[in-house]
Amino acid sequence: MDNLKNLADELSQLDDKLVKCMRCGTCQSVCPVFAETKKESDVTRGKLALLSNLAQGLIDDPKSVRERLDRCLLCGSCQSACPSGVSILDIFMRAREISAQYMGLNPIKKMAFRVMLCNPKLFAFLVKIGRPFHPLFMRDQKNAPHTAKAPLMKLAIGDRCLPVMPKFSIGEKYGDLDIPAGKSGIKVLFFTGCVGDKVYTNVTEACLKIFKHFGVGVRIPKNLACCGIPALASGDVPSFQKMLVHDIDIIAKSDFDYIVTACASCTETIGELWAKYAPPQYADKAEKIGAKAIDINAFLTDVLKVDLSPKSHGGAPEKITYHDSCHLKKSLGIWRQPRELLKANADYQFVEMNEADRCCGCGGSFTLTHYDLSKRIGSRKRNNIVASGARTVACGCPACMMQISNLLALNGDEVKVKHVAEIFADTLD
Amino acid sequence: MLPTKDFEKIVGAENVFASVADRQSYAYDSAVLNPVTPALVVAPETTEQLGQVIALCYKHGLPMTVRGSGTNLSGGTIPDSTESIVILTQKLNRIIEINSADLYAVVEPGVVTAKFASAVAQKNLFYPPDPGSQAVSTIGGNIAENAGGLRGLKYGVTKDYVMGLEFFDSKGDIVKTGSRTVKCVTGFNLAGLMVASEGTLGIISKAILKLVPPPKASKAMMAVFDDVQKAADAVADIIAAHILPCTLEFMDNVTINMVEDDVKIGLPRSAQAILLIEVDGHPAQVEDDAATVEKQLSKNGASSVVVARDAEEKNKIWEARRKALPALARRRPTIVLEDATVPRSKIPAMIETVNDVAAKYDLLVGTFGHAGDGNLHPSILCDRRDREEFARVGKAIDELFTRTIEMGGTLSGEHGIGTAKAKWLELETSPATIEFARNMRRAIDPKRLFNPSKITAI
Repeated sequence: MDNLKNLADELSQLDDKLVKCMRCGTCQSVCPVFAETKKESDVTRGKLALLSNLAQGLIDDPKSVRERLDRCLLCGSCQSACPSGVSILDIFMRAREISAQYMGLNPIKKMAFRVMLCNPKLFAFLVKIGRPFHPLFMRDQKNAPHTAKAPLMKLAIGDRCLPVMPKFSIGEKYGDLDIPAGKSGIKVLFFTGCVGDKVYTNVTEACLKIFKHFGVGVRIPKNLACCGIPALASGDVPSFQKMLVHDIDIIAKSDFDYIVTACASCTETIGELWAKYAPPQYADKAEKIGAKAIDINAFLTDVLKVDLSPKSHGGAPEKITYHDSCHLKKSLGIWRQPRELLKANADYQFVEMNEADRCCGCGGSFTLTHYDLSKRIGSRKRNNIVASGARTVACGCPACMMQISNLLALNGDEVKVKHVAEIFADTLD
Repeated sequence: MLPTKDFEKIVGAENVFASVADRQSYAYDSAVLNPVTPALVVAPETTEQLGQVIALCYKHGLPMTVRGSGTNLSGGTIPDSTESIVILTQKLNRIIEINSADLYAVVEPGVVTAKFASAVAQKNLFYPPDPGSQAVSTIGGNIAENAGGLRGLKYGVTKDYVMGLEFFDSKGDIVKTGSRTVKCVTGFNLAGLMVASEGTLGIISKAILKLVPPPKASKAMMAVFDDVQKAADAVADIIAAHILPCTLEFMDNVTINMVEDDVKIGLPRSAQAILLIEVDGHPAQVEDDAATVEKQLSKNGASSVVVARDAEEKNKIWEARRKALPALARRRPTIVLEDATVPRSKIPAMIETVNDVAAKYDLLVGTFGHAGDGNLHPSILCDRRDREEFARVGKAIDELFTRTIEMGGTLSGEHGIGTAKAKWLELETSPATIEFARNMRRAIDPKRLFNPSKITAI
């Protein structure tokens, strides 16, 4: 009971933020979860009401509030539509942190964050030693979305179609990469992110090709940890801090003009959240590093100002469409740049899909903990992609790529899933 | 003992919400009132289930509060008591028919207004009512509240588009009224009675709505005034010149400045009033009307008139109006959004009243709204946690309503009475009016189950 009182006291510090919600319900019109369930506790207005009640001691069942709080993609759609300007993501992150503090973490998540993500060397080692076993479990579906199924692991991963894993991670292939600036005079630190290092190495390779073409120096330090967003989103602030401290220690030793990522979530985390959560002695460094963080799309169009005139290898163009990742458009305001880059590749004909900026339903670990709901939300995205007639869908975030390729593969759609950087890199010879 | 299992048998366990957390999320709506947690929330997926749910409530004597999206601004969707059953219509969201030949549509009550309007637009037809909450609100709620919106002056409000209804009485029996025809005098106009009944007479299960051909062209303009009276005179002269703009919106000096603080779109901070006007119709007529409106604006001393030349400029003009509510809402933790409405000619007196009351009770009030129909939204910006301040808000509203009624105005243009305004109802009407309504309610709802504390408690 004391615990509940402490929980309520901590939450009541959010009161000034919570009270700003005028209960207009605008969040209902944009929330991807609510669209599927039509349940008020699944939409922000309901969640904020429950948090207020918990803070005021009007409900004594924090577990059920936490369950409802977890039914959220943190996509930020509500925050960008909110007329009252409620700091919704701040509130949810902090509420998850407080509830993790008082109710503990899901044991699987706890192990994933504290053992794997906080120990990049161990993580890399496990991926490496696991690889020879892939053929035993993973069956390449040889389909357009380029996925593999694991029928023997159905219990653990359900019907998921996972990306076909590369033979080597970026870390294994390049070790500690350091290429000096060329004709551009710019040097970047490329933050591959977990997925860009171990899964979608093709995306990282495409970025490296682009950097080389434009004479951009690149540094990829070995053994960087995860940016930490999965831990933070689950309320595990200690793990998040451990990861950011580990990364800042490494990054601060490097000399670079920009820290570029091909993952919207990594960019946002490094750019905005590191400084917010860094321990005091790291605050300065986090601030400085954060100010240099930029997404690859914006880096190419706004910093490098690459030539965007359409280039073609000849032949009939194939339709391509674009999915706006939530963290890229709604958090970072980047939606024009990827479209310009795609249009620069005249081997493709760009078409907009309906609801291009609607969440794909991945939501980081949301898809692990709420797979059915995540699939239902994703089906709407899949339907919009297919209805656009595009043969390729481009994204700016590896997590969206995983989610979308799973949905397309499950439906047997012959649609390829690419990162914008891959499409643009194809124009450079 | 609640018949929870019986509700589950009707709608399925997944559509009955019994946990405290789920129930607490149906304890409020958009009105600034205290929440009341219902005993149970039931979400039927078919109209048959809806009827059975109502019948079960009747059998057990359980009070019912019907709820669409819960955007009500007068508390009509807040449960009457902790014994109330909230009946959700959000899963009854099918558009059954859009008939281009006969210009009507048939919908279930939980269809979201904006989604309906856009489905209608795709068939090149037009459903004009556009309440501010249209992206969220449901048609059922719009009918039950007689929702208005920006286009009221020219196109009317929700009641002008209801051709027929099916609804359940308190026993769960189906009542049918109106038809798919333009003319229909078959029996009592019960649909007319259901409009603005706020969930007190029946629960709507189906609506037949009138559609109209869309205007082919439109033109928007913005006029700035250094005096509210001049703006009001311009409005009067526009209408005297027989022009009915499809929208004729007003923003006062406080609102203008708050919008400008927030979005910096270049609004003149010294302006006492801005009018945002749009005319629509046949292209040639739109040109004529726009010219007449412009003339009347200048004649009445508008210090500047900007006419949008293209879609982008039009969008820019409307940006100011779209930002009005967000700008006000962000200023203080609580916004009390009123909708006291006066005859058009009384707008200057109303603005003066609002400013008087704001000064007297030391409150921050911004006013915007629909100048064309006298429906203004004085918005009191406050912090309801501050008891002393919130008590002043209560007194200010008291005075505002009294003076509105003295001016020949009305308590509510479009938000409804609910519980928020019930206490002033007699002031505007008469004791017999209240008694008449109560008698009617008791006759058709003998167990007093439908929103019993709303409008006139029974």
